[in-house]
Amino acid sequence: MDQTPETKNSATLERLLPGQQPVLMPGHTMETITDKIVSLVLRRPVTLGWLGGFAFFFGVLNVLMFAAAYLFYRGVGIWGINIPVGWGFAIVNFVWWIGIGHAGTLISAILLLLKQGWRNSINRFAEAMTLFAVACAGLFPVFHTGRPWLAYWLFPYPNTMGVWPQFRSPLLWDVFAVSTYGTISALFWFMGLIPDLATFRDTAKNRVAKIIYGLLAMGWRGSVRHWKRYESAYLLLAGLATPLVLSVHTVVSFDFAISILPGWHTTIFPPYFVAGAIYSGFAMVLVLAIPIRRFYGVEDMMTLRHLDNAAKLMLSTGLIVVYGYTTDAFYAYYSGSFYEMFMFKNRVLGPMGWAYWVLIIFNVITPQVLWFRRVRLNPGLLFLTSVIVLFGMWMERFVIVVVSLHRDFLPSSWGTYVATRWDYAIFAGTIGLFFSAMFLFVRLMPMITIFEMRTLLPEAKLSEEVAAND
Amino acid sequence: MTESALQPAVHGVVAEFTTPDGLVSACKKAYAAGYRRMDAYSPFPLEEAAEAIGFEKTAVPLLTLLGGILGGLSGYLLQYWVHVRAFPLNVGGRPYHSWPAFIVITFELTILFAGITAVVGMLALSGLPQPYHSIFNHPRFSAATRDRFFLCIEAADPKFDLEQTTLFLQTTDAVEVAEVAD
Repeated sequence: MDQTPETKNSATLERLLPGQQPVLMPGHTMETITDKIVSLVLRRPVTLGWLGGFAFFFGVLNVLMFAAAYLFYRGVGIWGINIPVGWGFAIVNFVWWIGIGHAGTLISAILLLLKQGWRNSINRFAEAMTLFAVACAGLFPVFHTGRPWLAYWLFPYPNTMGVWPQFRSPLLWDVFAVSTYGTISALFWFMGLIPDLATFRDTAKNRVAKIIYGLLAMGWRGSVRHWKRYESAYLLLAGLATPLVLSVHTVVSFDFAISILPGWHTTIFPPYFVAGAIYSGFAMVLVLAIPIRRFYGVEDMMTLRHLDNAAKLMLSTGLIVVYGYTTDAFYAYYSGSFYEMFMFKNRVLGPMGWAYWVLIIFNVITPQVLWFRRVRLNPGLLFLTSVIVLFGMWMERFVIVVVSLHRDFLPSSWGTYVATRWDYAIFAGTIGLFFSAMFLFVRLMPMITIFEMRTLLPEAKLSEEVAAND
Repeated sequence: MTESALQPAVHGVVAEFTTPDGLVSACKKAYAAGYRRMDAYSPFPLEEAAEAIGFEKTAVPLLTLLGGILGGLSGYLLQYWVHVRAFPLNVGGRPYHSWPAFIVITFELTILFAGITAVVGMLALSGLPQPYHSIFNHPRFSAATRDRFFLCIEAADPKFDLEQTTLFLQTTDAVEVAEVAD
């Protein structure tokens, strides 16, 4: 946080360089912050724009319902998967969604530990984003089992069949990593909401709203003893979520790296997957933050500084991803293995080589525009870049999953892969699920953490004599 | 306690402040004056106030550590029991107790148990969820989740005396001092 002299008026502030823009525009007090965030939910009428957006994405969500119903009826044969490409869209989408979730945890946990005050206004909706992205991701392996009604077999429980899951399998590690991640993300999100829900309870005029928010706030009254335990637990949870978030995509990459398939079997996978996850996650944060700050008029709380910082994080993780691609190519060459070298040649120039080049253009070349401050300061361009990066990251997973699988060691077992309309319907449907949930979230919950915003104010700081006088 | 059975029971005397400075100095003053059964309320975390009323340490970190240890042990022992005792599978002659493959799930369950313990422990130690608390009888208390700070010296304190305590709280920077019913 930097302290901008208060004498500057906000018109001057708008023109400041993003590095100099404060994380919270001056002129706010505890009262105005509270009122502003609360009124977005409790006072603001349901607008046509919100209704239209929600209706659209809810419609898309219903595509998922139909496609899933048909999938359960007919089985995974309606997808384009085959032998050798047994993983197809389901796993591509799974890895993509789970990666998107990672930026939420990075913002809420890692940036908290690093004392980055600017995270305070974006952590709440980024955590919600994590939660909904993990929900979308979790659907795919369950769908992919083919018999989703037996998905509980993945968990170890005493059963009359006398069998147990194979704990040595990376696929089972994934079950534990993703379910732990989902649980901890939900806890983190809900715990952060408790004091703000109490604010909602105390501000709501509508009796039903008061009762519902009151039940959710669990009788929170802001006792400083409770705050102390709260802060302690919150910090511990951040400390636990930090290694967790790094482990989740590491474990996801183990699904690939532990196998012996050329193109999967490399040690660069864990760090490169984690960086890619955060890369796409920040792209999604920007895709959500840019419209939210515009349509809800919270540009004074999510300033250009936030966009700038998120764009810089996107650029730096993007560069790690570029390093990953380079290392991948180098491994293929340096391994001296015929199959590894063939895999790379096939990836770049084979029948699905176009996917690789789309990936390079979208994921490597396009984001280089983020070196320019003018782009990072332009919400429209930033939005466009983020959408391209999101698509590029999806292509990356497509290249890794499908292109590696379609030609392995034996030419006689080679094949190809064409996605069907059901593959596309289910993928689009989860986008509908994600955005429907986000639309409901911004309507029903405080999308900016009110109590953490209060701590950013100068009036929340203790004067030195009071703090020191013991 | 001086109140008679005919008077309504008093939860305590509540002073309202507009700044964190006012609250923390009043907390220090009250603690120095010998009051112990009191609580302060703030719209954001204010560790100094908790320390000023003598709440120095919380048990949350210890509970979290124990939860993590329990999680790690159960994760590892579950896998050991399944693969060595209950359901041994010979895959290419590899050892049943193949510990490196057990590490990931052990780690995940350590985090899971520690995280759940941190949140549930924090709520349980604070007595939440708690549907009713006397402090909510204060007419202006809804500002505690907004922009105001409150200090409540409770009637349960041995030094509590309705008049004396009210007078004492009036000597602080409080903008308003009022008693609140139990």
